[in-house]
Amino acid sequence: MWSWLLHRVTGLAVLLFLLVHIVDIGLLSFGPDVYNEGIALFSTGIVRVISLGLIASVLYHAFNGVRIILIDFWPRGARYQGIMFAVVMILTILCFLPMAYFVVAPIFQPGASAVALPM
Amino acid sequence: MKVTLRIKRFDPDKDAKPYWAEYTVAASPVDRLLDALNTIKWTIDGTLTFRRSCAHGVCGSDAMRINGRNRLACKVLIRDVGEKVTVEPMLGFPVIKDLVVDMDPFFHKYESIKPYLITHDNEPGTERLQSPEERARYDEGTKCILCGACTGSCPSIWGNPDWVGPAAIVNAHRFIFDSRDQGTAERLAILGQRNGVWRCRTIFNCSDACPRGIPVTDLIEQVKRAIIYGDRNID
Ligand code: HEM
Ligand code: SF4
Ligand code: FES
Repeated sequence: MWSWLLHRVTGLAVLLFLLVHIVDIGLLSFGPDVYNEGIALFSTGIVRVISLGLIASVLYHAFNGVRIILIDFWPRGARYQGIMFAVVMILTILCFLPMAYFVVAPIFQPGASAVALPM
Repeated sequence: MKVTLRIKRFDPDKDAKPYWAEYTVAASPVDRLLDALNTIKWTIDGTLTFRRSCAHGVCGSDAMRINGRNRLACKVLIRDVGEKVTVEPMLGFPVIKDLVVDMDPFFHKYESIKPYLITHDNEPGTERLQSPEERARYDEGTKCILCGACTGSCPSIWGNPDWVGPAAIVNAHRFIFDSRDQGTAERLAILGQRNGVWRCRTIFNCSDACPRGIPVTDLIEQVKRAIIYGDRNID
């Protein structure tokens, strides 16, 4: 049940971000200054922490989405759903940690916060 | 040992809404929860109402929500539920009284999938033979005792009481994959509708609840694939 509840909650969370994203990209139509000012919000500490939630949501939703597809189409999928859920959680955490580091690190390096993420 | 049961009670003749009642009774760790319910009914409060018949896990009448999970009271041992137990009627069913729920909608859904042999050919002069492999194909579904534990555990039913539910699909599976049956197309058409198999979101509560160990979600997924591929000879 938790796999499903998390999938729904994260799906709705990602949908919420999509709406925000439409607004922030939409700022472009008011010119570069308005856009830059708006997008700078994403470098603030609070929004960086909220971004962690988005990253975790996208990762979980994507990996668990693949798990659901396997349950639906792979004849043995339903029997291995528990193991696959464990794999989903492990992959989610493994991918989350390095991404979280790059998103949160600038909070602790004042002055560098406006700098783009290392690529 | 002493066991305290917290039971959600409701008498439509007297109560405006359900309330919790607590009873403490003596029980042995290897008693079934049903024994404790009987002790309450026979020695403390005769108005406590619940269904039971066989007391041995075969009639399917005493499915209820025990510590948050649907179980048969006659199959759950006291030592597995602890000294404080919460007992409620199953969710997703209208409550008639105390732990007794209205199973009529459940059985109407069961009937809707035509749970009987359908054939179009002439009657054979002999038995309808089947190989052991053909028999094994639908074995799991034959174990269903129609207790409703799976259907009452499903969030899709909680949200939409009209959805056909896992138990009906398990019983459809039992005929869909029976080599002697010729009603596959009919049943797949019924289960392909709005309130058919597609309301299943692979939540797996049903598989966890089934007292017969039927891999309920697995069977539902097989029916989904039979609908998608238009053929029961898959997997
Ligand atoms: C990596 C990309 C994605 C994959 C692999 C994926 C996969 C899935 C799958 C397989 C389902 C069906 C769940 C079910 O049948 O129970 C689903 C549901 C859903 N997805 Fe995604 N999805 C992805 C991206 C997104 C995005 C970007 C959003 C938001 C805009 C989103 C929002 C939702 C929502 C709201 C549901 C419904 C949840 C439910 O029925 O409980 N998904 N997703
Ligand atoms: S599939 Fe299992 S839980 Fe569902 S009605 Fe049948 S025996 Fe009960
Ligand atoms: S009383 Fe028959 S199944 Fe429990």
